[in-house]
Amino acid sequence: MEKEIRLMKGNEALAMAAIRYGADAYFGYPITPQSEVLETLMAEQPWETTGMVVLQAESEVSSINMVYGAAAAGKVVLTSSSSPGISLMCEGLSYIAASELPALVINVMRGGPGLGTIQPSQADYFQATKGGGHGDYHFIVLAPSSVQEMCDFVGLGWDLAFKYRTPAMILADGVVGQMMEKVVLPPQRPRHTDEEVRQRCPWAAMGRTPDRGRNVVTSLELDSAKMEVNNERFQATYRQIEANEVRFETYGTEDCDYLIVAFGSIARISQKAVELARKEGIKIGIIRPITLWPFPHDEVKRLASKSKGVLVVELNAGQMIEDVRLAVNGTVKVEHYGRLGGIVPTPDEILDAFKEKIYQK
Amino acid sequence: MDINDIIKPENQVYKKPALLNDNYMHYCPGCSHGVVHKLVAEIIEEMGVGEKTVGVAPVGCSVFAYNYIDVDWIEAAHGRAPAIATAVSRLYPKNLVFTYQGDGDLAAIGTAETIHAANRGENITIIFINNAIYGMTGGQMAPTTLLGMKTATTPYGRRVDLNGYPLKIGDILAQLDGTCYVTRQSVHTPAAVRKAKAAIKKAFQNSLDRKGTSVVEIVSTCNSGWKLTPEQSNKWMVEHMFEKYPMGDLKNL
Amino acid sequence: MAKIRGAVTVNEERCKGCNLCVVACPTQTLSLQPKEVNDRGYHFAYMSNPEACIGCASCALVCPDACIEVYKVKLD
Repeated sequence: MEKEIRLMKGNEALAMAAIRYGADAYFGYPITPQSEVLETLMAEQPWETTGMVVLQAESEVSSINMVYGAAAAGKVVLTSSSSPGISLMCEGLSYIAASELPALVINVMRGGPGLGTIQPSQADYFQATKGGGHGDYHFIVLAPSSVQEMCDFVGLGWDLAFKYRTPAMILADGVVGQMMEKVVLPPQRPRHTDEEVRQRCPWAAMGRTPDRGRNVVTSLELDSAKMEVNNERFQATYRQIEANEVRFETYGTEDCDYLIVAFGSIARISQKAVELARKEGIKIGIIRPITLWPFPHDEVKRLASKSKGVLVVELNAGQMIEDVRLAVNGTVKVEHYGRLGGIVPTPDEILDAFKEKIYQK
Repeated sequence: MDINDIIKPENQVYKKPALLNDNYMHYCPGCSHGVVHKLVAEIIEEMGVGEKTVGVAPVGCSVFAYNYIDVDWIEAAHGRAPAIATAVSRLYPKNLVFTYQGDGDLAAIGTAETIHAANRGENITIIFINNAIYGMTGGQMAPTTLLGMKTATTPYGRRVDLNGYPLKIGDILAQLDGTCYVTRQSVHTPAAVRKAKAAIKKAFQNSLDRKGTSVVEIVSTCNSGWKLTPEQSNKWMVEHMFEKYPMGDLKNL
Repeated sequence: MAKIRGAVTVNEERCKGCNLCVVACPTQTLSLQPKEVNDRGYHFAYMSNPEACIGCASCALVCPDACIEVYKVKLD
């Protein structure tokens, strides 16, 4: 399959991208607002073409453990869910991170807490970037703001996950999952043969060949001294990721007097607010963190330091603002504007909030 | 005849399987786990499938099964082994994939994973050690703990009104269309060990032949948890456990 | 009539002295060392009555730690 231009929902793009980036397996459980991922995969029947395994599991707990099994066996695997389902997966994510396995997990966020609402939200920022499960771990968090990025980050997520042997998450809000846009689907990437898996994942549990000892994928180590060494190795990987993989996008920051920090769909709505502001002669720039972990601390700090104030716009009660404040470290005023419960703000609302909280006439 | 004339390589009739490595097993003296580990190693060796075997270890006493049997292993979170085995088996359909789980792992926290893997008819073998107690955490009640049986969390004996009934999960699994073989065995006598070995071998062959899910329940002892000697434990098991969990095939298609 | 003689070796350091082999032996060949212990402090199994062994491997079958290897010869 060559590359192809299609009009599709963000969730459908995730499914198509998974096939085209050479996924070996998808395991998932239906939950709004991302059920189209599993539905699209089942309709596409990739097992007939690429040989990809697609399975509807009995729960998110089972899905993530199937992901763990596939990843432990060296396979290219993903799952997707939405907030309450991701909460159930946090146990598995901790195990996957602790076993140093590559895997891709997609969270198309909905409003919480609890069963909450099926409308869009960004309230899982803490859960994603601070580790929703137990123990000292991180995973790479990519926040798409377009259907094209939904597609591209599937490939990027796996590339990073395998490079660092760590889970990666696409943290999308329900807006990006449900909206339709033009998307360029990549050409078909062939799936790895078992022999290629042996070469690229010499640690994989897939059957012991005579040339090596047994491969054991485990997160257990009762010897404290060894467990500390394991933890130090995880931390060293995280420092490497922080050094190499920070991604962000800026808009209008060359000449701005103020800064907006926003991710995902809200960054795009904020961009419109910035355009409206500029018509009034107010120069606001935007930084959109693409990797929420590792967070672009340095760039936020640099841009904030030449601004008169920073507004953090999120679909939550104030989560990313904590990382922004850490980066800014008290040098500039940082305020938050957020809508809750699944409501998405308009550009005018964002501009009004900016004028009220940040703008100095 | 001198002993040294008998103990010669050509006269050897029984030896430790090579796949069971020399690591000293952490199990208590007399623990059934060791016997079952030995059988699994023997069978994989005899079937010549070591290169395509992946074991999935549970949480519980046998969490360290991967330290003893020299095949590839994945260590699961508590109860999740069948989900992991599902993925590996589907992605490597020619492999022998088995889980090794205790009663708490399989019949309490992992009931959903176990039942649904079996109901999908995953081509895996589930080796289920039922000793009616949580060994690793210090002898608490398991779903299979017998009524009246004393454990750390049923210090006056298991009571229906407090704790419900012992769960005959093997019978439930036998009812599912996805299972091809469900059998209940033990390893307390030489004859029982031979039978258990034949059962596990059959289960492994079913998995290789992709006939569906095979379950080998081994009714076992936990002499530390039961606070009996290994010998007394075997006796107690025969007298009490076998009544609730009778030996033999529950399903054999 | 052919007579069978057997013998076993016990991996003394692996043995945990659980006594299950002693119970399983149909010819009372095995015992636990009454005084001697291995490095872990277990009274390990040994052939206290070697002439009785018939090499049936019952002991080895039930041994949880795979300590026992069995040898057998047929005497004419």
